[in-house]
Amino acid sequence: MFGVGLPCPRTGFPSLNPSDTLLYRFRVIFGDLMAVFSGHDIECIRGDRLVLKNTGFSLSSGHALLLKGANGAGKSTLLRLMAGLMRPVSGRITWDGTDIADDPADHNQRLVYIGHADAVKPALSVLENVSFWADLSGPGGMPVADALQAFGIAHLADLPARYLSAGQRRRVNLTRMLTSGAALWLLDEPTTALDADTAAALSTLIGAHLKTGGMAVISTHSDLGLTSAETLLLGASNSAAA
Amino acid sequence: MNALAVMFRREMRLAMRQSADSLMVIAFFVIAVVLFPFGVGPEPNMLARIGPGVIWVAALLAAMLSMERMFLGDYEDGSLELLVLSPVALELAVMIKVLVHWLTTGLPLICAAPLLFVMMNVPTEIWPVLLLTLLLGTPVLSLIGSVGAALILGARRGGVLLSLLVLPLVIPVLIFAVGAGDAVLYGDGAKANLMLLGGVFLGALALTPWATAQAIREAVA
Repeated sequence: MFGVGLPCPRTGFPSLNPSDTLLYRFRVIFGDLMAVFSGHDIECIRGDRLVLKNTGFSLSSGHALLLKGANGAGKSTLLRLMAGLMRPVSGRITWDGTDIADDPADHNQRLVYIGHADAVKPALSVLENVSFWADLSGPGGMPVADALQAFGIAHLADLPARYLSAGQRRRVNLTRMLTSGAALWLLDEPTTALDADTAAALSTLIGAHLKTGGMAVISTHSDLGLTSAETLLLGASNSAAA
Repeated sequence: MNALAVMFRREMRLAMRQSADSLMVIAFFVIAVVLFPFGVGPEPNMLARIGPGVIWVAALLAAMLSMERMFLGDYEDGSLELLVLSPVALELAVMIKVLVHWLTTGLPLICAAPLLFVMMNVPTEIWPVLLLTLLLGTPVLSLIGSVGAALILGARRGGVLLSLLVLPLVIPVLIFAVGAGDAVLYGDGAKANLMLLGGVFLGALALTPWATAQAIREAVA
């Protein structure tokens, strides 16, 4: 549909700017994108209850990890630990061998976290909501207009967010993973409230992200159709590698 | 720097779209002061005597009304944890929030104050110094309030708790501010009180963003 340029390998979307592709190759050559994100012997206590114990994972560029388990098994907790919002009681979470707690600012640069709350301000329009997070994370991600297009909410851009449905709010929230340009996507039940078509589009976007050397950790109860993804079953002491 | 400008624009925009919040704070300020002549009687000398103190206490309580909302909205809709994860240093993000809080409550309070000076028969020679104390003191309310607002996140009945946490801490502001007015009336000059007030402001500016940021990190963990 866009006559100019190759598909952008970061995002899988046709890009009007071929230099996106060059930038990507540059980053692969210089090793920026080849990284290992891992956790060892993680223990975490929430409200006097041991939610996670002996949990470990390892994830390298281009791979996805699915977190599965019953409600309350610790999927969200593990994602919050991975994001650095919480610290494990014991155990380490490392990026290329460096503990993420040693340099939180660095870790924040490379991750985008999508939690249960949609972080959408009712008083702002859809475009203002999306642009704010895009501008805050700085350049490097997909342009806001393309991200809105990707989730089919471009026609709602000027609508105040208070009129959005739950699914539309979720889509607004999900645009952050495209506009941030971050390598590590931490998605906590991303398909909640999404219709089937959008869930499929989300799978495609995640697949494209992985192809370009990105990483994703996704807690989910539904099948996202990510065939190559490893699964970490929480609730029993467990570990997985992807 | 650019990210801070982005944050400032968004906070201002949100405040402008919800400007009723600011107006209510001002309305509360005015009404609280207006109650005093009814309560203590309209004797002009009496009003002049208590005027500065009453106006300052009312400003304090009015500022308290809006403090609870400083982080609560962002906490409830999940924006706060994303701000913690954003590339902007949380301490700077906190300072932007405090600045916007002051611009939308402290500054309007200062603008409304002269009206209340007239109403309370405050001697005109201490108007400038009282306005100056408000200019130095209201930012302290926003700064110290931000620590309280971050600490009450997740608590039940946060607003009441916030008052209990913050009001004792702002007593020095009240003492020096009202003292400055009295000092001018008694011919001592307000310099000492104003410098102490300025010191409180600078101390709060240097310390509270760290405390607030840490409290926010605890709240979202």
